[in-house]
Amino acid sequence: MTITLTRRRLIRAAAIGGGAALLSGCDRIVQNSSARAFLERAEELTMAAQRSLLDREALAREYSESEIIQPQRPNGSISPRDPDYRRMAANGFADWRLSVTGLVERPQSLSLDELRAMPARTQITRHDCVEGWSCIAKWTGVPLAAVLDEAGVKPGGSYVVFRCADTLGREKYYESIDMIDARHPQTILAYGLNDETLPVANGAPLRVRVERQLGYKMAKYLMGIEVVTSLASIRGGKGGYWEDRGYEWYAGI
Amino acid sequence: MSDQAETQTEVVYRHRWATRIWHWLNAFCLFFLLASGLQIFNAHPALYLGAQSNFSAPLLSMTAERTGDGSLRGLTEIGSMDFDTTGFLGASREGSEALVARGFPAWATIPSYRDLATGRVVHFFFAWVLVASGLAYVCASLFNGHFRRDLIPEWGELRTAPRTIGDHLRFRFGREAHYNILQKLTYLIVILGLIPAMVATGLAMSPGMDAAMPWLLDLFGGRQSARTLHFVTMSLLVLFFVVHIAMVLAAGPVNEMRAIITGRYRVRRPASKETA
Repeated sequence: MTITLTRRRLIRAAAIGGGAALLSGCDRIVQNSSARAFLERAEELTMAAQRSLLDREALAREYSESEIIQPQRPNGSISPRDPDYRRMAANGFADWRLSVTGLVERPQSLSLDELRAMPARTQITRHDCVEGWSCIAKWTGVPLAAVLDEAGVKPGGSYVVFRCADTLGREKYYESIDMIDARHPQTILAYGLNDETLPVANGAPLRVRVERQLGYKMAKYLMGIEVVTSLASIRGGKGGYWEDRGYEWYAGI
Repeated sequence: MSDQAETQTEVVYRHRWATRIWHWLNAFCLFFLLASGLQIFNAHPALYLGAQSNFSAPLLSMTAERTGDGSLRGLTEIGSMDFDTTGFLGASREGSEALVARGFPAWATIPSYRDLATGRVVHFFFAWVLVASGLAYVCASLFNGHFRRDLIPEWGELRTAPRTIGDHLRFRFGREAHYNILQKLTYLIVILGLIPAMVATGLAMSPGMDAAMPWLLDLFGGRQSARTLHFVTMSLLVLFFVVHIAMVLAAGPVNEMRAIITGRYRVRRPASKETA
């Protein structure tokens, strides 16, 4: 009996010790910058594979009214404390403007009314959060392609960078997509959610919908759109707030 | 007795190099995929059925709640059933510190601390390795006859299944050159069923793949159902791993390990065969 217990204890100690060594070994591997860079190469493979499979125009699934069963769950920033944003919100976003700058022929400064007067698209789509949950909601807005055409993208304009009003952590939120997703018919600058004005928690007055990618690509509290050639010189150089913190830039996965 | 047994064994070449390399590559991939997958699951430790999450009625959830005395309690809910899983699921210790809210415990995830971005980087890298090595293995096995010769059961063999199950229940394991019927069926289910299901349900969670192949969503009954099936298939693979290791230990770990490392396996020749 004593022997069995001792042996069992020994085996357990060895198993716990072995497991701990294995895991701390794994932690060390993923913290090693060159090992991490090697593992991250898989993202290029995923993007290349998906882009070769994915028709440029292939639409994300759209759902029926009856499948809207709950409010769109807000995540990340839900009530920005930034003084400029609070001031605009208090004023019903009357003096809010969306700037369209960078590599464009005709830089723009658009009011909400001007955006609402442009061609609109309404779509009932599924929002997939990187955390794992999904939520179906109805979004109304102006196709980003229409805004880009209004401004006239200059040659060399490869990416659209979204500049936001909210601060997450210690930095202003920002995101970026390439022209394939920017000109996709379901990529809209949304000002309406479930037949109502877009609420603050979901990104008022304007947010972007990029239906074939994960939620963190769909920047809220938009202030400006900038067309650029490269993302390398912006902030952390990875093309977005979460990307600078290790998330994939191509979030079609 | 032992002398007699000794003279009736012989070493056969059981596993070709393609099978051996794939076996170890698979073991390696599945370990990293499991631990990084649990890290990803921990970002939202709940499962649902259908296209979207019905937040008020998850199929399964792991949560933490404060009890009256201020300590944390881990709660796992499956349907309408509640289980106190403090220390393991819902709330566990990272290192020796106080309980923290997390789905699966630190010792089961890569990285051990909470880091969804890194979990995803690890998961997608090894998913590619799993797919690439799996495709190479299937091609090699079709070419070298491994499927036809070693894995596809013959009709007569199916009738031996009840006896083989009986032998296993009595812990009687044969040492034959070829897989028995239970091994063949199990390996076929894993190779052609569970691993492809794992990959397909994984792809169905990708919004890009859902646009490219909308039938993936219909095949699994929606994105959240696909996520749930991904989790269920993972559980079946873990169950396979546990039984597989138990069988290796029961059937003679040294001989089995030698076979899967060098390909050479010591078999017992039935005495009746010698005399006949």
